[in-house]
Amino acid sequence: MSNRSDAKKPDIDFNTQAMVRHRQFRAFKNRLATGSITAGGFSVIIAILLIFFYLLWEIIPLFKAAEIEIWSQHETKALTYPSPGGDNSLYLALDEQVEIGMRVTDNQQIIFFNARTGTIISEQKIVTADGATVTSFAIVSEASRIFAVGFDNGEVLVMKHQYTSSYPNDIRVITPSISYPLGETPIKAANTRIELLAISNEDEDWSIVAGTAQQLIQTLINVEQNLLSDELVVSTETQQLPRYNFNLNKLLLLPGKRWLLATDNHGKIALLDLQAKSDEQLIQVIAASATKLTSFSLLLGNNSLIVGDQNGQVSQWFLVKNDQGHWTLQKVRQFNPSAQAVTVIAMEHRRKGFAMVDASGQLNLYNTTANRNVLMEKITDQGVTAVAYAPRSNALLVEQQAKLTLWKVDNEHPDISWQALWEKVWYEGYQEPDYIWQSSASNNDFEPKYSLMPLAFGTLKAAFYAMLLATPLAICGAIYTAYFMAPAMRRKVKPLIELMEALPTVILGFLAGLWLAPFIENNLAGIFLTLLFIPIAILGFGYGWANLPKSTRNLVATGWDAALLVPVVIFATFLSLYLAPSVETLLFAGDMRQWITDDVGIPFDQRNALVVGIAMGFAVIPTIFTITEDAIFSVPKHLSYGSLALGATPWQTLVRVVLPTASPGIFSALMVGMGRAVGETMIVLMATGNTPIMDVNIFEGMRTLAANIAVEIPEAEVASTHYRILFLAAFSLFLFTFVVNTFAEVIRHRLRDKYGSL
Amino acid sequence: MKTSISSWTKSGSPWIWLNAGAVAICVIMVVSLIGLIAVRGLAHFWPADVIQATYTEQQSSRVVIGEVVQIEQVSATQLRDAGIVVAANIDSLERKLLKIGNRDMGGIDFSWVLDRDLSEVTKPAMLFTAERYEWGNLYGYIRSFKQADKTIAKIDSYPKSSLYLDLWRRVDQSMQRAQQLKKKILTIEKNQIGSINYQLERLRLKERRLELDANNDPQALAEIANERAQLQTDYHALEAMLIELYTDINRDSISVEVASGKIVPVQIASLVRIFRANDLRLDQKMLHYIEKLWEFVSEDPREANTEGGIFPAIFGTVMMVILMSIMVTPFGVVADEDIIEYAKQGFTTRLIRIAVNNLAGVPSIVYGVFGLGFFVYVLGGSIDQLFYAEALPSPTFGTGGLLWASITLALLTVPVVIVATEEGLSRIPRALKEGSLALGATKAETLFKIILPMTSPAMMTGVILAIARAAGEVAPLMLVGVVKLAPTLPLNMNYPYLHLDQKIMHLGFHIYDVGFQSPNVEASRPLVYATAFLLILVIALLNLSAVAIRNRLREKYKALEM
Repeated sequence: MSNRSDAKKPDIDFNTQAMVRHRQFRAFKNRLATGSITAGGFSVIIAILLIFFYLLWEIIPLFKAAEIEIWSQHETKALTYPSPGGDNSLYLALDEQVEIGMRVTDNQQIIFFNARTGTIISEQKIVTADGATVTSFAIVSEASRIFAVGFDNGEVLVMKHQYTSSYPNDIRVITPSISYPLGETPIKAANTRIELLAISNEDEDWSIVAGTAQQLIQTLINVEQNLLSDELVVSTETQQLPRYNFNLNKLLLLPGKRWLLATDNHGKIALLDLQAKSDEQLIQVIAASATKLTSFSLLLGNNSLIVGDQNGQVSQWFLVKNDQGHWTLQKVRQFNPSAQAVTVIAMEHRRKGFAMVDASGQLNLYNTTANRNVLMEKITDQGVTAVAYAPRSNALLVEQQAKLTLWKVDNEHPDISWQALWEKVWYEGYQEPDYIWQSSASNNDFEPKYSLMPLAFGTLKAAFYAMLLATPLAICGAIYTAYFMAPAMRRKVKPLIELMEALPTVILGFLAGLWLAPFIENNLAGIFLTLLFIPIAILGFGYGWANLPKSTRNLVATGWDAALLVPVVIFATFLSLYLAPSVETLLFAGDMRQWITDDVGIPFDQRNALVVGIAMGFAVIPTIFTITEDAIFSVPKHLSYGSLALGATPWQTLVRVVLPTASPGIFSALMVGMGRAVGETMIVLMATGNTPIMDVNIFEGMRTLAANIAVEIPEAEVASTHYRILFLAAFSLFLFTFVVNTFAEVIRHRLRDKYGSL
Repeated sequence: MKTSISSWTKSGSPWIWLNAGAVAICVIMVVSLIGLIAVRGLAHFWPADVIQATYTEQQSSRVVIGEVVQIEQVSATQLRDAGIVVAANIDSLERKLLKIGNRDMGGIDFSWVLDRDLSEVTKPAMLFTAERYEWGNLYGYIRSFKQADKTIAKIDSYPKSSLYLDLWRRVDQSMQRAQQLKKKILTIEKNQIGSINYQLERLRLKERRLELDANNDPQALAEIANERAQLQTDYHALEAMLIELYTDINRDSISVEVASGKIVPVQIASLVRIFRANDLRLDQKMLHYIEKLWEFVSEDPREANTEGGIFPAIFGTVMMVILMSIMVTPFGVVADEDIIEYAKQGFTTRLIRIAVNNLAGVPSIVYGVFGLGFFVYVLGGSIDQLFYAEALPSPTFGTGGLLWASITLALLTVPVVIVATEEGLSRIPRALKEGSLALGATKAETLFKIILPMTSPAMMTGVILAIARAAGEVAPLMLVGVVKLAPTLPLNMNYPYLHLDQKIMHLGFHIYDVGFQSPNVEASRPLVYATAFLLILVIALLNLSAVAIRNRLREKYKALEM
């Protein structure tokens, strides 16, 4: 055979140069096309992976621990240098750019120095007219940069360290200086040597408590700047404080002139109300520790007291109103303790956090809101004498044995922990731990409240009410459309449902917010009546229809019943709206909406969960409908034929044969619908008041994760904690829908395989 | 033939009826929603009658003039709570929302009035409605017409008379003249001066670029200075022209008697149109309606988007959708992967299918967040660093814009296109592909010559559905470059003509913004309905055409099935 074919070679030569080239070209084209199409396919996978990993990459920094290292610039490490100016530090501070450090020494020197090298830039002595010596020291707050010293002649001098930048020759030069918010002359604040000193400031009002444990004087000062001459007009008022039955050792004033906190030598804290009658001023004495409190200072905002003791325990306290309506000092949280005694605590300037160094030289960084210990690292071998936080919390200046070391701190997001996001947190100014979402406020010392619970709750609440409406309507509708409806009508209904799916959610949201919400508020009773009337009308009509003569019934082909019901449903709706006022007069004292708030005591928002449920239900119905209809329709016909042939009614066939077979499909439809409801943004954004409350009440609104992102992300500063938390919210939504969709897809796949075997 | 309840229940009929009811409810919901929007949106352009009436409220009475916008029943309890005396035997009263306009005089332009307190309700023929460029509508009677401070015509009476009509003729003529001048002013201000400003900005950036490159080539600098001087002279010439035109346009004015009886002067140039609604014939009303409808789709918005048209929003949506379609269409081919990979039908395709299904399920806001973070800040920020350093710190691509909006939406609609194409693909008989391969065609040839021509209608369906989706999507766009008011269109006469970095307006966002962020919700509501109707119309048309194409495709390949 082969020989013969060899012998009868065809005349055409398939291997001419042109043909070979053409074949090569075709093969090349083929490879190119296959390659690019495969690349296209992979790009879809890459897209979803990119979304996943990008979101993840944005949120990972939230959970990173802090890091600390010796400050270095241009590869050269800053050295440890002897404390500039010598003597012991009363106070240590850094400027905004971490270029200049400041020390206040017990030798009455204020020394500004280069924070990296220790070179002294300027120094000045704190002097009074009569050459008094400094006997005490207090600060208003780290952020205000205002501090005060008390002298042995009973005078107090208030100072502020400040830094001005100038750019001669395009190089930044920072010039430190001291200013005097209350004037350069010291204020007479006590008659005795000032051993105890506390100062607070709120706008133009200052309060100073000074003196000895035996004799304390409160001085209230009001400072106004003369608009014309820029001169300070200072008015003072003094008040002798009574002797307390408490061994005062350290004092702190809360903002305003009312509350004074004190501690003694044995770990007790006293709360003093300076506005009360003199014998009732000592409100409360609490044993905060078994040992001496080694640290006693106020957190940013001056509302929280942070104490550390000799056992290494650190805790936070603030004023809370008790059941009787009295203010009491309450221990709010206990931080992760240290094994050694607390030596120094330094407050952050712009966050609710602080640094603590214990006697073994271990540095702990804490955040109060998140109750998180972001760092534990040994920085020296023993306790330190002073620590200063840089205003941007990016550096720490540590003094130990008359030597200073500058540390670089990398601590971007200490305020986030699992607890801060998902558990109840006791925020400052609140009576008890709670779930709160409040990401921003107008003031700087605000405590951001990043609890995702109210948002997650709102999301599920909105989805729940939407599913409550959508599930019965969509599934029943799909059952009828797939199983009972005449094919001609089905061809008309399906595009309509598809159109329903394509309706932009912004339109649904806008109608829900501007039309439906007021409509429901005015016709609340009517809406609830329809729930009763429509089913009754449908059943009544159905029964009546069954009793009509056959000739009349035959006018309408089977499978067109739904069309007959359209006028019935419309009629029932109008009837219930028409009858609603009478029902309201009968049952709800004339106005159901009023009755709900006044008599039942349920708060009522115009844009509430009911509105969202209806609007979002509308958006979810087509999703569930389409998948369910598909699942039911693709149940093999011979199954139902067999059942019908054995004498089952159509309904029995549906319930016993078709639905069980299609049930996984229906379940997956519900999953996909749920995914859609959870991620929906515009409807919720427009149809609710967007208040992050946690309440299942159908007449109140909610704030969902998606709406929250839409509202807040345009305003969030890039790479800030807030920004990353919004990414976290987006990531949660992504994961949720990913899981739900994959699950639904797997179920659908199973279903398909099952039908295949039938 | 009587059917007893029990046998009826036993047959399961009640359940079937309830299921049928569910379908009926769904259908009613869709149809009534579209109907509601259509009625509310389209009714807005019809010239409404203006009523004049005496309104008595706590013994004092005043004249009110306005359009009836809404009528509703309020319960007597509610009124009594508000301190209004209502007779004990009355359960509810009718109340009307009047659009009284004249916001510059009264501060509010809508007012609720109780029907029972209205008396002597008339619809005077000479009562006019004027739309203004600022302060909303004006209602009143024309009292005199002035030209350059000289009174040309005046009238004191209210009824329709030839004298009055003569006055109106003059006003109409003056309106036409003012409108022509206005057109000229607009051309100069928007196109010519806008273009000069744009070129000046480009020169500034050019200079900055040189500075950044440490290039102080005197010739280049001199060129820039030269061009700048030229532009400045052009600018001054145009400015002089503008001043002239402005004095010209402000020549005419009318004085108007408003509801309170006060006479106020009104510049003709401040009016968009003026007409006597009660005096219009039906055909005139229709003409007016069409004119207003045309204005709505072709003009720029006025007064913080509460009046005027939505042309920039339509244009922005269309631009974005076109760019998106260009990006997303090739992805339809990906669906043909199945066909290509006939040998190793398996892991890759399944992975792609899972990815597609998940992309389809990801909430749109997540795309927005991704677009903002990745496209805008990461990609856009890097592009700015590399290519637009001269414009920093103001971002060029490092902020939301047309390009990022389109890409984000393309990403969002990829699954729509793929799923639709796959749908179409599944209807093509395998035999066709096998035949082609058997005849020696390569896979690529089979794909491009046999499969693609047949799937292209399906791909088209996919793209149409993607467009419908993109036109209605708002949540992600809010984050990646859609704004409430974009000063210029993304496609204009300034080089490089297509401005991918420009922020755009979008129909869906326009609805959200005007409906919820507007300072005067009552006044803007009809416009929101109209915009919503337009959007629904577009989307419905797109969807129905997609369905039609798909059905045709189905019919076509039914014949091929064996």
